Amino acid sequence: MRVRLCWTKQGRIRFCGHRDSARIWERAVRRADLPVSYTQGYTPRAKIAFGLALAVGQESVAEYLDVDLRLSQEEAAGLAADLPERLSAVLPEGMAVSGARPLKPGAASLQEAVTSCTWEFALGPADRGLASDWVGRVQSAESLPLERERKGRRTVSDVRTAVGGLRLADSRSGSVLVAELGTKPRAVRPAEFLRLTVPPLAAGRIRRLHQWIMRDGERYEPLAPPAGVLAPTGGAPAAAGCRAVPAAQPEVCAE
Amino acid sequence: MDSLWPALEPLLDEVQRPARYIGGEEGACPAPHGPGKVAWLLCYPDSYEVGLPNQGLQILYEILNERPDAVAERAYAPWGDLEALLRREGLPLFSVDTHRAAGDFDVLAFNLSSELVYTNVLNLIDLAGAPVRAADRAEGDLLVAAGGHCAFNPEPLADFVDFFVLGDGEEAVGEITEALAAHRAGGRREVLGALGALDGVYVPAAYEVSFAGASMTVAPRWPEAPETVHKRTISSLGDWPYPKRQLVPLTEVVHDRLNVEVFRGCTRGCRFCQAGMITRPVRERPGAQVRTMIEEGLRRTGYDEVALTSLSTADFSGIEQLVADVVGPADGAGGAGCPAVTVSLPSLRVDAFTVGLAAELQRARRTGLTFAPEAGSWRLRQVVNKLISSEDLEAAVEAAYSQGWRRVKLYFLVGLPTETDEDVLGIAGLARRCVELGRRHVRGASVTVSVGGFVPKPQTPFQWFGQNTVAELRRKLALLAEDLRGDRSVKLRWHDPEATLVEGLASRGDRRLGAVIEDVWRRGGTFQEWSEHFDCDLWLDAMARRGLSVEDYAYRHRSEAETLPWDHLSAGLHKDFLWQDWQDALAASGLEDCRWTPCYDCGACTGYGIEHVVASASPPAGGSQGTGHAPPVPVRLGAGRELAGVS
Repeated sequence: MRVRLCWTKQGRIRFCGHRDSARIWERAVRRADLPVSYTQGYTPRAKIAFGLALAVGQESVAEYLDVDLRLSQEEAAGLAADLPERLSAVLPEGMAVSGARPLKPGAASLQEAVTSCTWEFALGPADRGLASDWVGRVQSAESLPLERERKGRRTVSDVRTAVGGLRLADSRSGSVLVAELGTKPRAVRPAEFLRLTVPPLAAGRIRRLHQWIMRDGERYEPLAPPAGVLAPTGGAPAAAGCRAVPAAQPEVCAE
Repeated sequence: MDSLWPALEPLLDEVQRPARYIGGEEGACPAPHGPGKVAWLLCYPDSYEVGLPNQGLQILYEILNERPDAVAERAYAPWGDLEALLRREGLPLFSVDTHRAAGDFDVLAFNLSSELVYTNVLNLIDLAGAPVRAADRAEGDLLVAAGGHCAFNPEPLADFVDFFVLGDGEEAVGEITEALAAHRAGGRREVLGALGALDGVYVPAAYEVSFAGASMTVAPRWPEAPETVHKRTISSLGDWPYPKRQLVPLTEVVHDRLNVEVFRGCTRGCRFCQAGMITRPVRERPGAQVRTMIEEGLRRTGYDEVALTSLSTADFSGIEQLVADVVGPADGAGGAGCPAVTVSLPSLRVDAFTVGLAAELQRARRTGLTFAPEAGSWRLRQVVNKLISSEDLEAAVEAAYSQGWRRVKLYFLVGLPTETDEDVLGIAGLARRCVELGRRHVRGASVTVSVGGFVPKPQTPFQWFGQNTVAELRRKLALLAEDLRGDRSVKLRWHDPEATLVEGLASRGDRRLGAVIEDVWRRGGTFQEWSEHFDCDLWLDAMARRGLSVEDYAYRHRSEAETLPWDHLSAGLHKDFLWQDWQDALAASGLEDCRWTPCYDCGACTGYGIEHVVASASPPAGGSQGTGHAPPVPVRLGAGRELAGVS
């Protein structure tokens, strides 16, 4: 039975990369003594599918992973409610599990399903005016050409439709810019977004606030029932899902 | 005593692999600092990835933090990109635990496991904000300490280090802490005098070293300094079940697994092996404690691999049963579909490696198997006292292939005493023979031959031997490469002969070499262990500028009468025992393991009133066990587990 987890990565641990996180997770599931399924062969690995990679240095309150457990649907549903506490206890400081739900068989993987992410960019106290101009230029641009290199080949594509939801807000240490960036067919990375117009926008810490699955004109977070997770049954606490945050509401830096 | 973190954090966005500077490892346990406490900054003078797994440093870290009068944190050499930023911003070396400045500590203590890190030691002292030369340090400056294997010839670093600790540090760090707390009010000279009076502690400033032509004399300058400093040895490993909380890094490091030391010391008596000579006698950890440490360690860390460490793990009493127990029950290893725990044995004697052991190991993920015949002929193996016969090697290698390994690694040294071209070519012959044996069991069997250049080490029977020149090592490697050319099943790797030379200069260097090390460091020669940073010319130029001869330091044979730079420091071994062993080597005469045979009075046990601690009175099953003769009943190969250990 596959279970989807929502987890966070904040503070110093943001300097650990995607591969480091994967190793931390493999040890965590063993430390928590979870009945995880393993691959066959010479080098058995825990069956954990990570979603979109987070770059070194970035924080997130909306990371997801799917882990296969050797449990029935009922057993998995029962275990899911305990997972946030059980796993958070064995994860390093800065990493915690905020929600867990079993997935319906055949549910799309995170890599396939997620269509956009909401990002928050920290701006210095003096940068508000500059950022406001920059946002205005991005919003009024008819096209947003992005030059990227992959396997030695340069391509330019217009990512205008992949950029939206721009919004500036105050935070404790200055202000933040919030933006929703598409992931299909190729994800617009936060660093790419900041150089979409000239001059580029200088930003401090970058944090992922949400991942979204857009289907039939509606969007869901990966732990919402339409994404293929099983709703809590019986007396399972409502807190089993990731805390819902309205998309348009920028998160304020919680330093 | 503020954390430097707010100043460091913005820099970490600009450097490679910033996770190595954040600390926060599972098991990190720095005690709170406080008035009256002695604060140690334990430093591994190489990158975090190489230094974090060091068990010696982790053991002392825990022992110190358990003491009410001490606190210990850790530091590693910042990589060049961060070092440049630290110097630009005027920031010092920092601990990874609480990101305190090195200057906030009382002692900066280095672990020295290789000569090539010496320039990093100078760089780190400088980055810590202390004068590089001990003589220039004033009251209030850090005390610089060093321990580890290289401390058995500390003279090349004597100008830079305030005190060295020889041998096991478990007990010594406590005594040093107490001496520091008691005497620090009296000033630097009083503190160092008190430290120098402790067993196993060597204070270079307390000794006058003078050179007259080719001869050297050493004499104590301070009344409290002993004529000879003897190493420290803990009598029972069972009393020190450390590390209890091995550090689990948040980013990838070398040897990223649980490590449990199963014994310390080795009496196989390989004459090239400094570790085996200076860590005598053999002290096995009780089997029950080993099992507890593995079980608790795996549960606590989440690792799925454990390395049983020692200088020759297959010699551990009851090794086969231990490995079987760790790997788990035969049906459904690890229980309920969980993969079995992988056991790795980093140092394997071929004459103790059996089909049974191979069968146990292969039930989990197969790690690489490395055997170290060291020399390509039986004659030369008698010279170096690695008494394994060709039959032993073939039996071990065939045991591995029969249990499904497709590739084994063989480790050899070239440049050994009395070595001929025939001995060198014997390496190729052995490798080909191993491939041939492998093909009986697996398709595509292959062998990796790894060749290091021999560096004579202090406190060993080969300390008098003049090492091979760079040109001679290159010639021998070329000979071997030519012989193996076109053989795709044997892969040859070798260590840079120029690095071998520099290791040799520092290995048996005297106090005059300090100026060379300082010169190399001042010209930017750090991270010399890394091939991309190693620069032999820096060393040769520095030698020339100081009027020192490479020939004299590295290539010259020493005489019996000559005073060696480390003669006032004792690893327990009598000098006449070592000289006799050197003469036996030249006569190609081997010496059996004293663990299971009568004592040769090398001095390591008798001098300190301690003994071997070995659970089994007989050698492990299989192989000729140093006799050079075939075992009474041949090991049957390619058979199942029921034949395990028949010999």
